[in-house]
Amino acid sequence: MLRFIVRRLLVTIPTILVVISITWVLIKLAPGNFYSGEKPLPAAVEKIIREKYGLDKPWYQQYGKTMWSIVRHLDFGTSLRYQGQSVNTIIKRSLPVSAAVGLLAYLLALIVGITVGSIAALKQNSKWDYGSMALAMLGISVPNFVLGPILVLIFSLELYWLPPSRWGGFPSLNLVLPVLTLSAIYMAYIARLTRAGMLEVLRSDYIRTARAKGLSERDVVIRHALRGGLMPVISYTGPALAFLLTGTVVVERIFALPGLGNYFIQASLNRDEPLIIGIVAFIAITLLLMNLLVDIAYAYLDPRVRYQ
Amino acid sequence: MATEKNLKHDELIHIGPEMAVAEADVMPVETGRFVHGTSLWRDAWRRLLKNKLAVVGLVVVVIVTISSIVGPTLIKRIFGFTPDYIPSHDPRLTQSFPPFTGPDGEFSWAHPMGTDNAGRDQLARVLQGGQISLFVGILSTFVSLLIGVSYGAIAGYVGGRVDNVMMRIVDVLYSLPYVIVVIVLLSMFRSQTPRGQLILLFIAIGSVSWLTMARIVRGQVLSLKNQEFVLAARATGVSNTRIIFRHLVPNTLGPLIVYATLTIPQIMLTEAFLSFLGFGVQAPLASWGSLASDGIQNIAIFPWQLIFPGVTMALTLFSLNFLGDGLRDALDPQMRRV
Amino acid sequence: MTSNGNLLEVKNLSTYFETDDGIVKAVDDISFQLKRGETLGIVGESGSGKSVTNLSIIRLVPNPPGKIVSGQVFFNGSDLLLLSNEAVRKIRGRRIAMIFQDPMTSLNPFMKISRQLMEMTELHLGHNRAQARAHAIRMLETVGIPDAEARADSYPHEFSGGMRQRVMIAMALSCEPELLIADEPTTALDVTIQAQILELIKKLKGKTGTSVILITHDLGVVAGMTDHVIVMYAGKIFERAPTTELFSRPGNPYTKGLLRSVPDPTAEQGKLYQIPGLPPDVANLKPGCPFAERCDYTQDICRCEFPPFVQLNADHYSLCHFAREVYSESGGTLV
Repeated sequence: MLRFIVRRLLVTIPTILVVISITWVLIKLAPGNFYSGEKPLPAAVEKIIREKYGLDKPWYQQYGKTMWSIVRHLDFGTSLRYQGQSVNTIIKRSLPVSAAVGLLAYLLALIVGITVGSIAALKQNSKWDYGSMALAMLGISVPNFVLGPILVLIFSLELYWLPPSRWGGFPSLNLVLPVLTLSAIYMAYIARLTRAGMLEVLRSDYIRTARAKGLSERDVVIRHALRGGLMPVISYTGPALAFLLTGTVVVERIFALPGLGNYFIQASLNRDEPLIIGIVAFIAITLLLMNLLVDIAYAYLDPRVRYQ
Repeated sequence: MATEKNLKHDELIHIGPEMAVAEADVMPVETGRFVHGTSLWRDAWRRLLKNKLAVVGLVVVVIVTISSIVGPTLIKRIFGFTPDYIPSHDPRLTQSFPPFTGPDGEFSWAHPMGTDNAGRDQLARVLQGGQISLFVGILSTFVSLLIGVSYGAIAGYVGGRVDNVMMRIVDVLYSLPYVIVVIVLLSMFRSQTPRGQLILLFIAIGSVSWLTMARIVRGQVLSLKNQEFVLAARATGVSNTRIIFRHLVPNTLGPLIVYATLTIPQIMLTEAFLSFLGFGVQAPLASWGSLASDGIQNIAIFPWQLIFPGVTMALTLFSLNFLGDGLRDALDPQMRRV
Repeated sequence: MTSNGNLLEVKNLSTYFETDDGIVKAVDDISFQLKRGETLGIVGESGSGKSVTNLSIIRLVPNPPGKIVSGQVFFNGSDLLLLSNEAVRKIRGRRIAMIFQDPMTSLNPFMKISRQLMEMTELHLGHNRAQARAHAIRMLETVGIPDAEARADSYPHEFSGGMRQRVMIAMALSCEPELLIADEPTTALDVTIQAQILELIKKLKGKTGTSVILITHDLGVVAGMTDHVIVMYAGKIFERAPTTELFSRPGNPYTKGLLRSVPDPTAEQGKLYQIPGLPPDVANLKPGCPFAERCDYTQDICRCEFPPFVQLNADHYSLCHFAREVYSESGGTLV
């Protein structure tokens, strides 16, 4: 197991470097640059700017310099647009915002989704089952950028219960709508996954054995069925986190939250090379680590799984 | 011996793709019930029709598709609006009207979904959005199907080193935070023309969605590869390409269709949120995502600008999902539902 | 203690399943008894209804789509079908235990063996952790698991098929039940292991005096293990007799066919006998005898009228229009 973890971590590093390199290449290939505005700059000014930021050097030198400072000091440089602020600082500042919304959203999705899905499985074909699955279907079908504003419309602008947007620190009521918006689709997905997983497990032979042993239905479900039934949810966590990321981007835009996603979009629009690379690298690392955690959790929970 | 081989050669190919299916037609199943000779597809179709929700979904999807295709032309004929028509001749009309309302607040058939801030007819724009979203969704899925199936089938069939390398590549690509890269791609290479932007969108979305398709097909091919009908085909001298594309691939159609039904809504959502963020479809073209983005600006005063595109999109995705569920159930009732 | 010394008495039990193709009469009006300390064998092909019979006894028939529509199951004098769910649960595992065909899927892969065993006694015998564990290890030793103390904390997948079935037996007998129902316990195992498991069941039965119902499609298994045999086909009992009587003087064409199908290693090389045809579609049974189409003795009456349950002997019954003839042919003396 340990060897497996170490091997995965080792593979992560080159993958990140590949990701960074690809991003770097894309940025360099793109037309336009971070300093151009509406009117073209006078040639002399442009030359000075290019010299200052080392953009006049040959590409392999630029690439080398960038990669070296990343690998050596984990230094992603200074933002080109946000004067004087190092990329690392910006990431440190915006990360808690995204993390708070993202993690809360997923936690909510897990709690509600697993509960609803389990009950739907236990009461298969009842009104509860049909109703909750229909609702889940709705959750999957309504895009978050539609749901969000509608929630704002109802709860902020009509009912005045909640603030419409902006970051209010943690914890605050400002969190409610973004978290709800982000979590909706995952709640729905997890509910369906849980239901499917539970139904399958409840049909299996070892549940029949458990019942033949005289266990109460409650014990059968909680002690025997739940473990196996939740497996699909666990494996879903990996891809879910990837999607969560993109969802965060949209939600941060809608609710004007100063999170990683928002900064990323801005950086892309601004051609802010160091910031783009920094955020991309950070996201890639997080994703890979999270996937590793999920794999470890899976191995821990299913004794049949053995990694070499 | 050689001549016999040649004769059988043709026969085999002819019943090739159906061979795995024909087994069920020809041999009675051991439970003592005799299988009536239906093909896999007819059986699946029957089951699909029994599922009322799926049928409703199918109907809605068909309606939406047809309206998107003919709608804008119809509207142009009847009312004279195109999706980007701005009535700049009359300042009274260049503002946002609620549904079914005219410039003086009277009831009017002209704009069932109202207008946006520049006076453009919302219905026409929503329908155009439908055109684009469905177009991107279906075409991208189709393209990724082509790439994914070929890639996966070849990898699975050839096996060995080639398979290893091919799948390693897929793994690495898979672990990239692709949406991030897609956003970078799209923001870097903004095209001048809306058509150009659409093509970029295709490339960006399609270049990532083929991965899972490839994986699925490879898995299927791997398990089918050693079944008897392949050995039989090989024994009679069928060429490898033929085996891959005429025999193996059709047998993977089941899970493929299932995956495709999952992918189309996913791609539509991806396109929508990319357009929402401003990286996708550009003005004057309208996609549901960009309409929503515009609509949010004025949500407090003109909520219909968001609600109509939003609800239409939700409805379409809803129906696609039900249809997808129904197809999954019909093609393989044992399969795990997600 | 019981009525007529019968531990179990099944009367007119019918269990039907509602399927897309119609109502499947998996078990149709069957009756049999089991005396205390006896072993009863239930033999039949797949789909004959033998497993469903046993699931019906302990009310584990999946519902939907299955339902016990009529009948009585007297266990120690009380009708199990009338008891509340609570009451039946108390009997399951404690007084009637069941082991299933495939030990690989019948054990919870996510739980340690020890846990699965301890669950039984904690629930039914009120053991605490320590007692349950000690008891579990004792049971594992009894069924022949080597190094029981150490292996108790393993997971099912770490055992071989034969070992797993032993674990199932250990689990089933933990609370010393009065009746053990073994549903094809050896079908999924290697032949050599089969013999071991059957020996084990025999030995344990001798020790504890448990009555056993043994379900199988293998006549060889039945021959060595049982006192009485029931032959089932298409949800009905076709023949019922003491084991030796059934094998030497069968009174039913189906049974005869089954006996003939067992390959004789000493016979000359010839064609292997197989009962012609396939089992009927239990959802669409034609009138008359379900075996009519495949039977060597078929006459017109067989196709129109349902055969009577004929008593051939003190303890020997057969469902056939020509039971007496078949019995005489086999060398039996009618009563």
